[in-house]
Amino acid sequence: MSLNPSDAGVVVIGGGIAGLAVCEAVRERDALVPVTLICAEPRLPYDRVRLSEILVSGASAETLQLRPAEWFEDQHVTVVTDAWVAQVDARARTIALADGGPTITYTSLVLATGSNALLPPIPGIDQPHVHAFRGPEDCDRIREAAVSARRAAVIGGGLLGLEAARGIASQGCAVTVVHLMDRLMERQLDAGSAGLLQDTLAMDVELNRQTAEIAPDHLRFADGDELEADLVVVSIGIAPETTLARAAGATVNRGVVVDDALRTSLPDVYAVGECAEHRGRVHGLVAPILEQARVAAAALTGDGAAAYAGTIPSTKLKVAGVDLFTVGDAEGDGQAVAMDAADGVYRKLATRDGAACGAILLGDLRGAEALSTLVRRGERVADALAALAASLEAGPAEMADEVQVCNCNGVCKGDIMAAVTERGATTPREVMAMTRAGTGCGSCKALVVDIVALAAGGEVADEPHYLCPCKQQTREDLAALIRADGLESVSDVSRACGTGRECGACKPALAYLVSEINANRHREERDARFINDRVHGNIQKDGTFSVVPRMHGGVTTPAELRRIADVAEKYDIPLVKVTGGQRLDLLGVRKQDLPKVWEELGMPSGHAYAKAVRTVKTCVGSDFCRFGLADSMGLGVEIEREWEGLHTPAKVKSGVSGCARNCAEATIKDIGLVAVGDDQWQVRVGGAAGGSVREADVLCTVDSRAEALRVSTTFLQYYRENADFKERTYDFVPRVGLDAIRAAVTDPATGAALRERFRLAKAAATDPWLERREPYHPHQFTNPDDEDGAARPALVGPPTGGAR
Amino acid sequence: MTYACPVDAIPTGEGRTVTVDGHRVALFRTAAGWYAIDRACPHAGGPLADGIAADCSVICPLHERRFALDTGAPIGHDGPGVRAHHVEVRDGRVYVAIGVPATEGVPAAA
Repeated sequence: MSLNPSDAGVVVIGGGIAGLAVCEAVRERDALVPVTLICAEPRLPYDRVRLSEILVSGASAETLQLRPAEWFEDQHVTVVTDAWVAQVDARARTIALADGGPTITYTSLVLATGSNALLPPIPGIDQPHVHAFRGPEDCDRIREAAVSARRAAVIGGGLLGLEAARGIASQGCAVTVVHLMDRLMERQLDAGSAGLLQDTLAMDVELNRQTAEIAPDHLRFADGDELEADLVVVSIGIAPETTLARAAGATVNRGVVVDDALRTSLPDVYAVGECAEHRGRVHGLVAPILEQARVAAAALTGDGAAAYAGTIPSTKLKVAGVDLFTVGDAEGDGQAVAMDAADGVYRKLATRDGAACGAILLGDLRGAEALSTLVRRGERVADALAALAASLEAGPAEMADEVQVCNCNGVCKGDIMAAVTERGATTPREVMAMTRAGTGCGSCKALVVDIVALAAGGEVADEPHYLCPCKQQTREDLAALIRADGLESVSDVSRACGTGRECGACKPALAYLVSEINANRHREERDARFINDRVHGNIQKDGTFSVVPRMHGGVTTPAELRRIADVAEKYDIPLVKVTGGQRLDLLGVRKQDLPKVWEELGMPSGHAYAKAVRTVKTCVGSDFCRFGLADSMGLGVEIEREWEGLHTPAKVKSGVSGCARNCAEATIKDIGLVAVGDDQWQVRVGGAAGGSVREADVLCTVDSRAEALRVSTTFLQYYRENADFKERTYDFVPRVGLDAIRAAVTDPATGAALRERFRLAKAAATDPWLERREPYHPHQFTNPDDEDGAARPALVGPPTGGAR
Repeated sequence: MTYACPVDAIPTGEGRTVTVDGHRVALFRTAAGWYAIDRACPHAGGPLADGIAADCSVICPLHERRFALDTGAPIGHDGPGVRAHHVEVRDGRVYVAIGVPATEGVPAAA
């Protein structure tokens, strides 16, 4: 990246939410002024608010990136990452980068240097098992430590501390939150809501505890008590990063002091975000920071009227999985509180001198906008309890136009309405692009969609959901094209639309689509299939494959077990494991051994590698179980035989439970059947314990085993025909709606048509493992120089990355 | 130029791993022609030859990192790329020159 010292313009120091917001706001006002963003971290700005996601999931910081690299190019914003600013010379209007980097001239300078984690001078705080919780690197270190730690302690019961504790707990490590104050999140919550939050979290919490010393394996409190902990995370607050500003001669109190235009005491130097102190306050929430960025950008591009008047703090977030909304000061002189401890719901409206001054919603966020408006306007509230109850009923139609919907970007209901009625937007996506509503923390997205629907006079146009960006066509468009033109292969479809070229990202989706629409009588092109479907095994992290022979309903025989054991020994299979679907998995098979392994197993493919019908898990049922109400094993075997071999948009896992004890876990399956007595079966759809956990919805309860099989088969076909590729039923069912699905599946005419198309597809399905004898290509399973004696890649311990 | 394999050892549209001069390379036979790049994805060692090839690029089967077949450059991510090697086809036989940069955008005959 070249930095031309003569290119003076706006220079922003700090690649966080505030720094990026300044760049965005400047660009909105001026397309030409050179803008340079200097980031100390080695990456583009990311959403620090969602930092705990990294801790929980182990995702990379890049997944939280706020703007893609192309945005900075398109907007001509020069970004310098991994760069420390050593010095600001406000007289010469230059900044110097550390380590001999270039000196950069500016016309306006914005300090968005943020803050650092506050680390109190407790004896022992500098030990390696003590971590701050501030950046992605901290997350990585904490995650790593949580795996082997025996017991963790988080010092600090504020928002970030609770998030850190949840992240540690998610790694399976016991954790205690240690808090100095008498309640959690004391700055946002009152005693009642804090107590309820504590109950809901089900975490060990130590209140009124001052940590006096951190020893290698325990904390010692001021009162002499000890708490075992070999991992300690400190999250007690932030300290504004003001070093540069102070050295440059700016006035600094707690933060860099700014006026209403966000100007510091230095000429043409501004400060925004957590490093800035405005009217004695340092803000650490997104909404006020974005508001500051907009005002600073306005001021430095010549808008003399721009002024920041402070923000009534409000926040709407999930704390360790619990919904929370707070606005203003919740400790007024009057208050109305509604609480349902069993459901973890707490609702409060506080008043001072008869006017709304603050609100807290925990566990149920309905009415957040209405209460927020009352507080922001300081409206007089004659009956606080009635106002609190009324807020529950306030839908988008009842909201006034001035009600702020998106607090991050300061967008009101009226702006959203106008985008539809006056500026011609038709979808929520267009409205969000136009107004930027919903593009901050995203917590108001659902409301934005509702308001767009209101403005459009009913249902909004569906968002176009393209199958792939390479073809601006939806799954439905492509399906219609395939039907109309009789297209039979992926290359036919690729030629007929989009750029006319193939695209690696959507070939597998098109392969599914042409096979589904042609009822498996398509022209198969193996290069369009993922490797798993080219060799019929599940690729593992070391490039070997896993093999799962089909055992219908999870039932096997001594002969089958013996054969599996023999094959595992003969081919030196490093790991044999029972899968989550009650099947046996042979892991670590070399690609060229696959045909021989299948041949000797002599069992059909379990399709455990494919987007296909996988397993039907069963309990013992009435055969042996003393509680069993019906023959769950028999029905499971029957269903699996009926469905096996069929490809589906995403994997389909099923279960059949013989009674409400639900040992087969059928209520968290894509399709689950539960016997409820008198030969009645509950048919459930859309459940899964996959990327997200969702309890299956009850599609219907039927009076016979035959009807149970019929209804679930009809649903399976409906899903095969209507879901997007890779869309599991737990996304599909809520998207389409249970009522629409029930209507299609239970209607005699559409149901019969679905079952007829199912019958055609099933008739054309074959066991892919038969390709061991008649390969698609003579070299389907071999590399040109495979040698039988070639070294097997080492498999170290049980696989961790193998997708199932 | 070292002999790698016969043309029909690789199905059209797919890739295979071959050893050339002691290097394991991923050799691709696309509708547009032949390409060779290093076999392992720099991210987690994924077998690139098992990836999905299309439009002069391949997507690693392990974690979907994408690389240009003609240059080995990463596409859509900032990680390192892989080396691309020169390929020639003569008399139904495929030859690879390790370390000789592929001629950009010009694959060996299909």
